[in-house]
Amino acid sequence: MLELLWLVPAIPFAGALVLAVLGARMSHKSSTIMGVGTVAASAIISILIAAEFLSSPPATGMYTQTLWTWIDVGSFHPQIAFYLDALSLVMMLVVTFVSFLIHLYSAEFMRTDEGYSRFFAYMNLFVACMVTLLLADNLLLLYLGWEGVGLCSYLLIGFWYQDPVNGRAGRKAFIVTRVGDTALAIGLFLLFHSLGTLRIQDLLHEAQVQWSTGSAYAIAATALLLGGAVGKSAQLPLQTWLPDAMAGPTPTSALIHAATMVTAGVYLIARTHVLFELAPPVQFAVAAIGAATLLMAGFSALTQNDIKRVLAYSTVSQIGYMFLALGVGAWGAAIFHFMTHAFFKALLFLAAGIIIESLHHEHNIFHMGGLRKELPIAFWTFVIAGCSLAGLPLITAGYYSKDLILWSASISAAGSTALWAAGIAGVVLTSLYTFRLIFLVFFGPVRTPVSGRPGLAMTIPVCVLAVLSIVAGFDKAPFARFIATALPTLTEAVGGIAETLSSIVAALAFLCGLLGAWFVYQRNPTLATAMVENLAGRALHRFWFSDWGMDWLYDRLFVRPVVWIARVNKADVVDSIYVGLANLATFCYRVLSLTETGKLRWYAAWIASGTVAFVAIVMFL
Amino acid sequence: MEMVPIRDGFILAGALFALGLIGVLVRRNVIFILMSLEVMLNAAGLAFVVAGARWGQPDGQVVFLFILAMAAAEVSVGLALVLELYHQYQSLDTDAASRMKG
Amino acid sequence: MTIVFYVAGAVATVSTALMITRLHAVHALLYLIVSLLAVSVVFYTLGAPFIAALEVIIYAGAIMVLFVFVVMLLNLGEQAARAERALLKPSMWTGPLILAAILMAEFVCLLTAGSSGRFGGAMIGPRGVGASLFGPYLIGVELASMLLLGGLVGAYHLGYRKTPKPEVG
Repeated sequence: MLELLWLVPAIPFAGALVLAVLGARMSHKSSTIMGVGTVAASAIISILIAAEFLSSPPATGMYTQTLWTWIDVGSFHPQIAFYLDALSLVMMLVVTFVSFLIHLYSAEFMRTDEGYSRFFAYMNLFVACMVTLLLADNLLLLYLGWEGVGLCSYLLIGFWYQDPVNGRAGRKAFIVTRVGDTALAIGLFLLFHSLGTLRIQDLLHEAQVQWSTGSAYAIAATALLLGGAVGKSAQLPLQTWLPDAMAGPTPTSALIHAATMVTAGVYLIARTHVLFELAPPVQFAVAAIGAATLLMAGFSALTQNDIKRVLAYSTVSQIGYMFLALGVGAWGAAIFHFMTHAFFKALLFLAAGIIIESLHHEHNIFHMGGLRKELPIAFWTFVIAGCSLAGLPLITAGYYSKDLILWSASISAAGSTALWAAGIAGVVLTSLYTFRLIFLVFFGPVRTPVSGRPGLAMTIPVCVLAVLSIVAGFDKAPFARFIATALPTLTEAVGGIAETLSSIVAALAFLCGLLGAWFVYQRNPTLATAMVENLAGRALHRFWFSDWGMDWLYDRLFVRPVVWIARVNKADVVDSIYVGLANLATFCYRVLSLTETGKLRWYAAWIASGTVAFVAIVMFL
Repeated sequence: MEMVPIRDGFILAGALFALGLIGVLVRRNVIFILMSLEVMLNAAGLAFVVAGARWGQPDGQVVFLFILAMAAAEVSVGLALVLELYHQYQSLDTDAASRMKG
Repeated sequence: MTIVFYVAGAVATVSTALMITRLHAVHALLYLIVSLLAVSVVFYTLGAPFIAALEVIIYAGAIMVLFVFVVMLLNLGEQAARAERALLKPSMWTGPLILAAILMAEFVCLLTAGSSGRFGGAMIGPRGVGASLFGPYLIGVELASMLLLGGLVGAYHLGYRKTPKPEVG
C-alpha cells in the first residue's frame, strides 16, 4: 500500500492537466467529477497509507519512494523522491482531507461561476504542488512544490481577473512571497555549497557532523530559510499580502490561505529542525517573530470590518503561535496546532462563505446581524470553530493545541516567561476579536435579509469540520507519541510555570476576551463607537486597521522608489548603447550622403584625388 | 639614331595626362570633358608605346591599338549620349544633370 | 632625331594646354587635332611608324571628325561661347591645378628614382606589329572587335529617334 504514495500528488496533477486542457469543453458535471474526484481519490489513498503506516510502521520510522533522477550534473543529482515519516504523513493526511472537503464545498459555491473548470484546475494543481512540497525528499523538489503553490495562489487570488483590484492583490501576494522565495533559494545554494547535498536527511546528518552550534554557516543558512518561511507563512515583516489575498474566492481563502499553503513555512522549519537547533540565535528569532506577529495581527483583527479580513489576520496570528512553538523547540506542538488550526480555520472560512453567499456577497460585518435564526447551520458551525480558535477549555481542539504551545513556551530551555505572557495576551486578543465577530454577525437585529440557504454540498463539509474541531484535540497524547518518531521532544528547563497553572491562566484569558466582547458589542453597542470617537481612539483604530501602517511603510520604502526608477529609466540606459549604435550609423549615413551631389565633376574630382592619394601611399610607404 | 632617355618620354606622357585631367575637372561642358578624356587616353597609349620602344618589342604598339579601338567605341557611344542629354536638358552643362543628388 | 622628339613633345603639350582653355568648341577641337598630330610625330621618333600612321588616320581622322560632326549638330554658337566664359572663373582652376601638380610631382619622383633606359632606336614596322597581333594577341583582337560591335549597336540604339508620322492628306 505504501507504494501508492506517488499517486497522492500525481492524481490531482493529472486532474489539473485534464481540466486545464479540456475544461472548456467539458460539461459542468464532468468538471465537478474530475475536480472533486481526483482530490477525493488522493484523500482516500492517503488514509489507506496512513492506516498501513500506523498499523505496521517501517523499521526506521520512515519510507522513501524514489521515482527517477531529476538532474544529474557532476556531484548534484536530486531525485524525484517522496519521503514519508510521521511529520509528512500527518501533514499530507490533513491537507488532502481538508482539500477534499473544500473541493466538495466549492462544487456548490462556485456552481454559477463561468470559470468553473478553470477554478478546479487551479485548485487541483495546488493540491498536487502542496503534497509534493510535503512529501519531498530533497529541498529542490520542496522548492518546486513551494513555487507551485505560490503560482496557484497568485492564479486563484486573481481568479476574477476582470476586476483589476483582484489582479493587484494577486501581484502583491506574488511579489511579497517572492522576496521570501529568493531568500530561500539563496539558502538552498548556501546549503548545497557547504554540505554538498540537498537530500534532507543527508543534509541534516551532514550539518550535525560539520557545523558546530552557532557556526556562521548555520546561522546564515537558517536565517535565509527563515526568510523564505516568513514570506510564505505571512509573518512579520512579509505579512502584508495575506489580508489582500482575501480578494480570491472563499474556498481559495479557506484552502490556501488558512489551512495549507501558509503552513508551508511551518513545515519547512519543522523539517529542517536540526539546522535551527544548530543556530540558537535564529531559533530565538523564529520565536520572537512568532510572538510579535501574533500580537500585531491580533490588534489588527480587532478593528477590521470585512469578515474575511478578520479571519485573515486571525490566520496570521495563529501561525505566529506555530512559529512561537517552533522557536522554543516544541516541534510537535507546532504540528499539533497546525492540525487543529487547519480544521477550525477552514471551517470558519467555509461558514463565512455560506454567510457571504446567502447575503449576496455582503462582506461588511456591520451590515450583518441576527443570522442566528436565519442560518442556523452556519451559526452553530461558526460558533464551534470560533470557540476552538479562541480556546474554549476542555471541549475544543484549539484549546488543547494552544495550551500545549503556551506551556512549552514557558518551560522550554529556549523559552521564557515573556514569550508565555505574549501568548496569553494573544489569547485575550483572539477571544476578543472572535466573539466580536460572532456577536456582530449572528446577534442583534437583522440588517441584511437572507436569500437562499446552503445546499448539501456546502453543509456536509462544514459539519464534518465542526466535529473535527471538537474531537481532534482529544488525541493529544497519542499524537505527541506518534510525532516524536520524526521530531525531537521538548527539552525542559528548570522552573517555569506548571502546566495546570498555565491552563488556568489561559482559560481566564479566554473568559476575559469573551466578556469584553459581550460587554462592548452585545450589552452596550454604543460603547464601541464611543471608544473610537476620541482622538486617541480614532488614531489607534486607524493605525490597527491599516495593519500597523506596514502597507504605507512598504509603499514609501520600496514601491515608490522602484516605480520612480522605472519611470526615470523609461528610455532604458542599457538599451541606449544599442540605440546609440543605430544613431551613429544613421549619422554617418547622413554625413556621407552629402557627398552625393549628383554632379559629375564632383565625382571625377574625388576619383582623381583618391588616385593621387593611393599613388602617394604606394610611393612613400 | 641617337638615344632618347626613356624618362623624358614618360614625362611627356605624364604631362599630357595631367593636362587632360585638369580639363576633365575644370570644364562643365560635356563636349570638352569628352575631349579631355581623349587626351588622357592618348597619353596613356603614348606611355605604352614608349615602354615598348624601350624593350624593342611590338607589344607596346599592340596595346596602343587596343586602346585606340576602345577609344573609338567609347566616343561613338558617348557622343550619342551627349546628343540625348542635349535633347533632354537643352543644355550641355553637366551640373544641370544632377537628379541623382542625395 | 632627339631634337624632333623634344620639339614635337613641346608642341603637343602647349597645344593641349591651349585646348583646355578655349571657349569655342571648334577652336578646342582644332587644337586637339594639332596635339594628336604632334604625338604622331613622337611615335615616329620612337620607332613606331605604323602606330604613327594609325594615330593620324583613326584618332585625328575618325574620332575627331566625329566630334566635329556632333559639335556642328548641336549648333553651339556665340551664345555658348559667352556661357562658357561665364562658367570658367579663375577660381575654378585652382583645385584641379593643385591636383595635377601633385600628380606630376609624384610621377617625376617615381621616374627619377627608377632606372633609366634609352630607346632602342630600331624601327618596328607594320610587319612586326601584324605578326604580334595574329600571334600572341589574337584573343585581344577578337575581343576588340566585339567591343566595337557593342559600341556600334549602342550608338545606333541611343541615336535612334522615331520619325514623326507624315500627315494624311
